Amino acid sequence: MSAHIVRPYGDTTGDGMVQLSFTLPLPHDKRAEGAALQLARRMGLDPALLVHAKAMGPDFTFFVVYGSTTHLVDVDDVHVVEREYPLLSAKDANLSIKRQLRRKLVVVGACIGTDAHTVGIDAILNIKGFAGEKGLEYYREVRVVNLGAQVLVPDLVARARAEKADAVLVSQVVTQKDAHIHNTTQMSAAFREAYPAGQVPILVAGGPRFEEGSEAALGVDRIFGRGTTPGEVASYLVHEMTRRKAKTS
Amino acid sequence: MSRPHALLDLDPAVVRRARALAARAAEPVVEIARSHTTVSVERATLRLAGLSGADHERVPWVNHLVTAVRDEVGLEHGVTTPVYDALLRGEAPDLMTLAQKAASGNVSFRLPTGREATAARRAATKGVGGGLRTIDRSRATRERLIRRHGDPRTKPWIYLIVATGDIHEDIPQAQAAAREGADIIAVIRSTGQSLLDYVPEGATREGFAGTYATQENFRLMRAALDEVSTELGRYVRLTNYASGLCMPEIAALAGMERLDMMLNDSMYGILFRDINPIRTFVDQRFSRQVHARAGIIINTGEDNYLTTADAIEAAHTVTVSQLLNERFAKEAGLEDWQLGLGHAFEINPEIPDSFRMELAHALLARQLFPEAPLKWMPPTKHMTGDIFRGYLLDGFFNLVGAMTGQGILLVGMMTEAVVTPFLSDRDLALQNVRYVMNAASGLAEDFHPPRDGFIQTRARQVLSEAVDLLDRIVHDGDPAGDAPLLAAIADGTFGLMKRPPTGGKGLDGVCERADDYDNPATTALDAWTPPAATRHTSTEGVVR
Repeated sequence: MSAHIVRPYGDTTGDGMVQLSFTLPLPHDKRAEGAALQLARRMGLDPALLVHAKAMGPDFTFFVVYGSTTHLVDVDDVHVVEREYPLLSAKDANLSIKRQLRRKLVVVGACIGTDAHTVGIDAILNIKGFAGEKGLEYYREVRVVNLGAQVLVPDLVARARAEKADAVLVSQVVTQKDAHIHNTTQMSAAFREAYPAGQVPILVAGGPRFEEGSEAALGVDRIFGRGTTPGEVASYLVHEMTRRKAKTS
Repeated sequence: MSRPHALLDLDPAVVRRARALAARAAEPVVEIARSHTTVSVERATLRLAGLSGADHERVPWVNHLVTAVRDEVGLEHGVTTPVYDALLRGEAPDLMTLAQKAASGNVSFRLPTGREATAARRAATKGVGGGLRTIDRSRATRERLIRRHGDPRTKPWIYLIVATGDIHEDIPQAQAAAREGADIIAVIRSTGQSLLDYVPEGATREGFAGTYATQENFRLMRAALDEVSTELGRYVRLTNYASGLCMPEIAALAGMERLDMMLNDSMYGILFRDINPIRTFVDQRFSRQVHARAGIIINTGEDNYLTTADAIEAAHTVTVSQLLNERFAKEAGLEDWQLGLGHAFEINPEIPDSFRMELAHALLARQLFPEAPLKWMPPTKHMTGDIFRGYLLDGFFNLVGAMTGQGILLVGMMTEAVVTPFLSDRDLALQNVRYVMNAASGLAEDFHPPRDGFIQTRARQVLSEAVDLLDRIVHDGDPAGDAPLLAAIADGTFGLMKRPPTGGKGLDGVCERADDYDNPATTALDAWTPPAATRHTSTEGVVR
């Protein structure tokens, strides 16, 4: 049983050691250091060791604290979304598309809203790819239409229809005040409105700030977070395409 | 002591050829810029004439007036002739009232002829002259304040960003950053502002990942930095963005409100924001002419080429962009000391010799543009969220900056790509800069890459690839007979993005000038030459 209980590992099994840095809006003095230690203890570090304190201007102090955390994690109680589809090589993905669709899979991608940061969508779509994996443009059986940044939702819908998109990928990298959520729900609503029921393209949202498992709330089929590679996206698209085909035939 | 010469043994003939090709690529585009106007150029002209403010729906009066004139007489003659004609005819006592009446459709505009045209033009010249004089006065004020407070004591100048979205939050942050050692404060704009075809009004407290660029925000921030400059005995510069659809207006506002640096790239809007190429080049020429007169240092955006493409393969596109930016800038009247040409530390750190290549690229820029205050930009693409590794990478970035005598150093944050910087991130980042500069800036004196060694060879290779690309650009063509540079942009020569001159945002705001086009601002700016005794702030003497 104890094998399922974990604590952080500093240099000895079970020592629970963590490091922490933070700033308090206090001038650097004894009291500020005391406040930092008290905060650390309330965060579950006991004993807490103040290893560094530095004034940043007259009103702020920066702290580095080490300590042993009193918290335990039961790994059995950790629930994550596991990938429910197999990872395919580009070759297998191409084969599967060819066999099932007998045409190219059309993917339309864009950064929507005011977000001008195309790094995410480009990493997935551009042939250059990400993390050593080539982007979807590299897949022979995928036709990619990358609309770039700051695409308006109506334009995205119109283009998706014109291109007969099988899948639509939207990216939201830089976001504030939940703009990524508003933009994405607006996007999915527009697609549901523009397409007959059951014929909406596969809607995929990507970006570092999306919450895992919030697909239903956002009205999309899949969310991808930080560090997603083109291969994962391609594999998912093939999986979802297969699932939809099985349902309709 | 001046910079040691010929660190890279570049062939002067190749360098001359690179510049000649850049001039050749730029020329037909400059011709297009001279023969067109845009809604934003005309609005900027009205702003120089003193028209500001907006209606209750926050639509600026300059937009109302330009739209009204455009609907009735077109913009090809310039907006000022019909506008001042209407004033002379007694349609309204002043521009603001005229704009208000125009907004409700209560004024009719016409194109005057003969004596009336001459009178309207004379009145327009007088009106717009007011704004130009404000710009001249702002420049003189800056020069006086720099004499009083002094420039930063060391190079590179430390460039820090604030971006809360709320100007009243930005101000204390900017002042704190200046106290901590920033020489330049950049207020990042709200994402999306570049695609607004109007300049928002007033002090703003709501922005997305940045704060709106408005005249009032400019004024508030400049005043706050003047305060802190006095306190610190060092003139703290203010930076904003003259880019996007309102480039000319923002430039005019920046000139009048004494901003000191402006982001202003020749092709960024086209490639990365999908703004129409013609619109961009027309707007850009006007904005650069304003910057030239205002004594503003422009910052170009070559870092973008490296974040969207591989930093090794695309190294020469940075050089090409720098050469084109230099050419367009010089043509618009900017001087070498005003050219903050950009480049960035974006090579994948996993690649062997990445640091040597960064050194080679940075030295190449330094050697090609010895008089320009180059802007050195930190890693972003390979900042992974591992802040500890990121801190090290920023240290190496700073080291390249120190060893190659960069003029402006944008301080890298270890939390890049994680969060907007914490107060402590900024403090740690400045400690990083200070340590490296203290410890190693003298290295520039000792550091001479060996003849035909790795660094020299790499730099020459990048330069020769740049010349090849420029050569391809000037020989590019399309069936429509567009300028070769436009054809090259259309077929995806830069950053793989295809941007045809007939596409992109803002095209409908472009208008070919008629023979009787008159714009007192462009007339005055075309005729303007830099003062002989211009303040020389080049980074030439960086190496102490």
